Amino acid sequence: MKQYKETIMKGIFFTAALTSILAVLLICIFLFANGIPAISKIGFFDFLLGRQWSPNDVPATFGIFPMILGSIYITGGAIIIGVPIGILTAIYMARFCPKGLYRILKPAVELLAGIPSVVYGFFGLVLIVPLVRSVFGGSGSSILTASILLGIMILPTIIGVSESAIRAVPEHYYEGALALGASHERSVFFAVLPAAKSGVLAAVVLGIGRAIGETMAVIMVAGNQARMPAGILKGIRTLTSNIVLEMGYAAELHREALIATGVVLFVFILLINLSFSALTRRVR
Amino acid sequence: MKKDPLSLFFAFLVLTAAVVTFGVLIFLIGYILVRGVPHLTPSLFAFKYTSENVSLFPAIITTVIMTLLSLLIAVPLGLFTAIYLVGYAKKGNKLVELIRLTAETLAGIPSIVYGLFGLLFFVTYLNWGFSILAGAVTLSIMILPLIMRTSEEALKSVSDSLREASFGLGAGRLRTVFAVVLPVAVPGILAGIILAVGRIVGETAALLYTAGTVAKVPESLLSSGRTLSLHMYVLSGEGLYTNQAYATAVVLLIVVLLINILSVYAAKKLTKG
Repeated sequence: MKQYKETIMKGIFFTAALTSILAVLLICIFLFANGIPAISKIGFFDFLLGRQWSPNDVPATFGIFPMILGSIYITGGAIIIGVPIGILTAIYMARFCPKGLYRILKPAVELLAGIPSVVYGFFGLVLIVPLVRSVFGGSGSSILTASILLGIMILPTIIGVSESAIRAVPEHYYEGALALGASHERSVFFAVLPAAKSGVLAAVVLGIGRAIGETMAVIMVAGNQARMPAGILKGIRTLTSNIVLEMGYAAELHREALIATGVVLFVFILLINLSFSALTRRVR
Repeated sequence: MKKDPLSLFFAFLVLTAAVVTFGVLIFLIGYILVRGVPHLTPSLFAFKYTSENVSLFPAIITTVIMTLLSLLIAVPLGLFTAIYLVGYAKKGNKLVELIRLTAETLAGIPSIVYGLFGLLFFVTYLNWGFSILAGAVTLSIMILPLIMRTSEEALKSVSDSLREASFGLGAGRLRTVFAVVLPVAVPGILAGIILAVGRIVGETAALLYTAGTVAKVPESLLSSGRTLSLHMYVLSGEGLYTNQAYATAVVLLIVVLLINILSVYAAKKLTKG
């Protein structure tokens, strides 16, 4: 009887363990089965490199190149803003800040990570958009605005991963540098930080993944015009926002083209994740 | 000892970065509180939603149902997977590696892709329509890797001598897991669940096309409903209800703050136990 129960429960645990495999399979099957036909109907290169997205024209054109560029530009901007601040804050938290302060700062970073993206988006909408409008002119909903907002949003990711990378560097690197006469700051920047290089790089890659995948906050501040980028003070649409904006009313080929946009995004993310796990494996 | 200019410059840089990071956080929270708290009126918490009171009460109920339902699905699955990985699977098993790889993949997928999948599979293919159920199942897949990882870590941190003592007293594997290992690992598992609640409460993109945006208190699991985050997104998009959107943001921030405090508390318990 007891043996019987053990076997059944083992079977249940095993089945549960298969869920994540099943989920990934289902996601791949349903995305690809619904997206690939559209890509072949539109034409692979016309879809990926087409410069015109006008689903309402007759005949409609579905080129997502503007959105691909939009995602890349905004992510690039977020990296330029978020990465230096994030890494420097991580260095501060790991090597400079007093213990008592750290007990407040660490949960504060977690809070920054926990704030929902709509709240960030709303903050961007009511504060950063008007700010950019009054300083630089234009409508305010722009690549620059989205980059600033996303730069803030990826901070907790960058800080968290780089901080643990910096803490993982053996203490004797730092002590050795000190013993050679380097100051505290020089030891941290020239001995500890280079040793934490691949962990910090992993943080950046993870930040890129977050930024490309972010949807709601970007929709609220980026302007969402489906056209080729016209300057950092002009609005733009990303891959993620393209899906959300038009999925509500799209039908037939238009709908399939949106799903195909999701496929492209999914492939982007898979590539980024692969490089992230390659980087973290090397650290181990 | 006087520091050289480069060292001073480095010290200045890290301090500035830290001030910017935490300054932004404090400013964001302060700004939303100052603008939002005055608009937390009783009519905002009316049971029925109308376009006049734009009550967020139905959204709160929907959020609670959505959270409970998602946890009900994801927690057993994630916990059982962790039990299997820690207690049953053999080391170097190819299948175990595949499970880990897929969990890592799931963790990296952006929420809009989950939303798209939920729309294609649960809403359309299984014909559930825009519903709480479709939203909750989509979210449960999304939080599964989180629950899995935190539970696995919690189970792993239980000392082997406890397991050996249990086996030594004649208990079977099952009994050892449920009577000895799990009780010790509870704070760690709980910390993971709390994190998952945070993700569910903050989620928008995965719910927009799975749960839909109906603003009423849902009548059944198959009716559509909007969670608090989704409610806020719709409000700020309409442009007419900026004040109410501020107030909703305040409620969301308070929830997130509570969740964070709880998780710090659970983590403290963990290090003590």
